[in-house]
Amino acid sequence: MDLFISLFINGLATGMLIFLLAAGLTLIFGLMDVLNFAHGGLFVWGAYSGIFVYTWSGSFIVGILGAIVTGFVLGWITEKLIITPVYGNHVQQILITLGFMLVLSECIKVVFGPNSIPVDVPSYLAGSWEIGEVIVIKYRIFIIVIGLVIFGIFQYVLKKTKIGLIVRAGVMDKEMVQVLGINIKRVFLFVFMTGSAMAAFGGMLMAPYSGVIYAEMGMEYAILGFIVVVIGGMGSFSGSLMAAILVGLAGSFMAYYVPYLSLAVNMILMAIVLIFRPQGLFTNAKEG
Amino acid sequence: MEPIIRTENLSIQFGGHRAVDGVNFQMQAKHFKSIIGPNGAGKTTFFNLLSGELKPTEGEIFLKGESLADDSSIERTRKGLGRSFQITNVFPNLTVLENVRLAVQSREKVRFNFYKHYLQYKSITNEAVEILGQVLLDNKVNAVASQLSHGEKRKLEIAMLLALNTEILLLDEPTAGMSLEEVPAILEVIRSIKEQGDKTILLIEHKMDMILDLSDSIMVLFNGKLLADGTPSEIMDNETVQNAYLGGLYDEQLIKP
Repeated sequence: MDLFISLFINGLATGMLIFLLAAGLTLIFGLMDVLNFAHGGLFVWGAYSGIFVYTWSGSFIVGILGAIVTGFVLGWITEKLIITPVYGNHVQQILITLGFMLVLSECIKVVFGPNSIPVDVPSYLAGSWEIGEVIVIKYRIFIIVIGLVIFGIFQYVLKKTKIGLIVRAGVMDKEMVQVLGINIKRVFLFVFMTGSAMAAFGGMLMAPYSGVIYAEMGMEYAILGFIVVVIGGMGSFSGSLMAAILVGLAGSFMAYYVPYLSLAVNMILMAIVLIFRPQGLFTNAKEG
Repeated sequence: MEPIIRTENLSIQFGGHRAVDGVNFQMQAKHFKSIIGPNGAGKTTFFNLLSGELKPTEGEIFLKGESLADDSSIERTRKGLGRSFQITNVFPNLTVLENVRLAVQSREKVRFNFYKHYLQYKSITNEAVEILGQVLLDNKVNAVASQLSHGEKRKLEIAMLLALNTEILLLDEPTAGMSLEEVPAILEVIRSIKEQGDKTILLIEHKMDMILDLSDSIMVLFNGKLLADGTPSEIMDNETVQNAYLGGLYDEQLIKP
């Protein structure tokens, strides 16, 4: 039982990190049909710049803010420079964003050096609680709580604010939002920057969790992010949380019980979803 | 008095076919005009030219004396020219209220201050509810739009058009595809908008009794040309119009009640 709970918490924490990456992806795709393979690059940049600021300032919170600011700025640059010229053309989007992803990864090596960097959990989040037989690592609980809080905030913004209404409507039918005279490009830039900041934030939280950061980690997590987007339903925000948790749990349990399947399990999940429910598991046609 | 909207030699050519051919029309503010004509006469194309969905091959449109040649349909909506579509066009997974709210808030620029404007949020909601009352949908405020009947969707669409708060309303066959029982309600809705007295309304319809009931004037399009324009009784007595419909090009929908 204690093992089960440990694996469960571990999977949940991983799921939350993937959610932070996938939530931006799903809204970016849902709103403007943009396939953004550079999203993982923002994840790594968030991790590196956040850890850089953390080391420099000594404060983990300031480090997180640094990562978020980096995400916003890089998101703005990416949207203006890379995405705007290729609206509506998926092939060009895949090529240029994949290319930009590589550029972002290589720039990491130029700026921060090619070696992987070890990262420690800040002292007040280090350690664990012992509840009966079960050992609960504090930092994992921290990630789960933060993930749920972020989900709550975004759910509120989507359901209860004017901009949220525009985003949800835009995911359903962006042409018609434009017919109403709403400048959807402006809304999209906002969504893109927010999604990028979330990815950067996710990268920053990931760093102490995995204990080490390296330039290629963006690609690995971006793939998980895309799997989550497909499983959860393109454009579905709440779907991306459910799917991310599912992927996180599947990875965690498989790695223990059927280790040789742990890498394949997400692909298998995605294949099953695509065969039986191609619109996504947790969506009734893009409800957001 | 300067007409609120007029066209000058408005024409559009698709290949060898002139779908709208040299139409000179004008309308005074707060007037109710219907457009009739057999299928394929160019009525909807004419609307598409006015709203900016299509660019004319020749001719120009003037809104309050100002040419609209360089304005996109979005800019035309901002300047006061709003249209409904022949096919219903609502956001299926939003509630009725959210659909109208979206149209209300589209009148202002997109801003990113979510936290401050709770009061404003409320006033937008109130305005949306009020408009829904006007189109007799106040009992469906929280229904999801995809669950509505066809007639209710058309009403919702009119509500969204009203929410844009344009001076001119272009209504493209609001009763299209409706069952007979649903027609009187939509007639009531359009009549109440007319009686409120602040809108200029241009209506395309096939239901002749509805047209005669509502219109201050009627214009007849035939093969893309403006055949006649006058009061309902003038149009009914007009020989050219009678010949056009009875001379083998008679459209049964036109005179069927």
